[in-house]
Amino acid sequence: MLTKRIIPCLDIRDGRTVKGINFEGIRDAGDPVELAARYAAQGADELVFLDITATIEKRKTFHELVNRIAHHIDIPFTVGGGISSVEDVSRLLQNGADKVSINSAAFRRPALIEELAASFGSQCVVLAIDTRQEEDGEWYVYLNGGRIRTEMTCFDWAKQAVAAGAGEILLTSMNHDGTKQGFAQDITRILSDHLPVPVIASGGGGKPEHFAEVFREVHADAALAASIFHFGEISIPELKSYLRKEGINIR
Amino acid sequence: MLPNNSFTLFSTPPKMSVVIIQYNAGNIQSVLYALERLGQSAVVTDDPATIRQADKVIFPGVGEASSAMNYLRERGLDQVIIGLQQPVLGICLGMQLLCSYSEENDTTCLGIFDEKVLRMQPGQVPPPPDQLQWKIPQMGWNNIYGLRSALMQDVAENSYCYFVHGYYAACGDHTIATTNYIQPYSAALHRNNFYGCQFHPEKSAAVGKQILKNFLQL
Repeated sequence: MLTKRIIPCLDIRDGRTVKGINFEGIRDAGDPVELAARYAAQGADELVFLDITATIEKRKTFHELVNRIAHHIDIPFTVGGGISSVEDVSRLLQNGADKVSINSAAFRRPALIEELAASFGSQCVVLAIDTRQEEDGEWYVYLNGGRIRTEMTCFDWAKQAVAAGAGEILLTSMNHDGTKQGFAQDITRILSDHLPVPVIASGGGGKPEHFAEVFREVHADAALAASIFHFGEISIPELKSYLRKEGINIR
Repeated sequence: MLPNNSFTLFSTPPKMSVVIIQYNAGNIQSVLYALERLGQSAVVTDDPATIRQADKVIFPGVGEASSAMNYLRERGLDQVIIGLQQPVLGICLGMQLLCSYSEENDTTCLGIFDEKVLRMQPGQVPPPPDQLQWKIPQMGWNNIYGLRSALMQDVAENSYCYFVHGYYAACGDHTIATTNYIQPYSAALHRNNFYGCQFHPEKSAAVGKQILKNFLQL
């Protein structure tokens, strides 16, 4: 049986792991390769590395880091942050990344998704969506790390992106991110039940029960979290053994 | 102090040459790095002479079957691969191309394995209870069972490996590992000097490492 995936996410700035709280406020969480190797050894199913470095000059540091990760890590990993062209992706894949995650650039120029799917295959194109539920009950797409609101609804954008060739959706609920009160239920379920590609739920995972819920109740294919792993609030082996006891398919 | 370094010389195993076939389908970097972690270097090439002379040949692949087969035929690499006598390991699309035929764009493949490659289709099979639908391609970790052959030595039944694919090789005489997504199918194949894995051993943590190590020791 295909298992549900647990994915630690490492935000990288200038070659170090950081984690924002509610899209703001940065805390340092250590050397990415060391941390990634530890997670892989503990049974993480995949890893995500997001480059939040602001300047283009510093991007080179990230490419070198990707190559170092690829040398050391024996599980699949996705990289993202500032990707806007086939050339960007080509360089990251050549440095050993398995998949790339695209966000704002794909929204601004949806043809990017088609270009990447045609050049490298849908299996390596992960569409990241930052979304917020507003007072009208609708989930809207946000860009630039949650700073710019759009009029597009999350489901419409996800559907359009999958039609263009996105192979996976990384769905972050801004309402839940950093709260540790559980993942977004409704939007995760809508995407997972209606799109033919895997959905990675992100934002809000604080307790093992939240992971069980997002897998069992709302059908997420994978769940992503950062600070709870970085700061040792939940260990991956404990989380996996809890989920196994709950009857969820886990490696 | 030792009089000379002859002990070190005798204890060093003979250098083995490994070739990774370069063609238009694949992210070969991961395979290269996985071999490095086992202390084994490899040459990435499409040169027939270098491929023929290697002790071990790895035939990786991520992509689409018909364009990959066309590329191989145009360069005569199809005949080179069929004629290889040393251990050959096809990975993912590489394994599928070693089969007789692929439904992916109706492609005649290399015909080492009789097994046919079919498109994943849910048909009437209900999805698992925690899913409303089958997602295709399969992406993630799945268990392999019914293990046999030297390639699977010291690999425990129901070990997990990492799969990403939308087509599968049916089970047949050459199946040496089975997995199940929608229905059971070949996770690995073996015939004579040819081996194939549908999953990515280079991305399958300790289990994948063992399988690559087994291949290098064949």
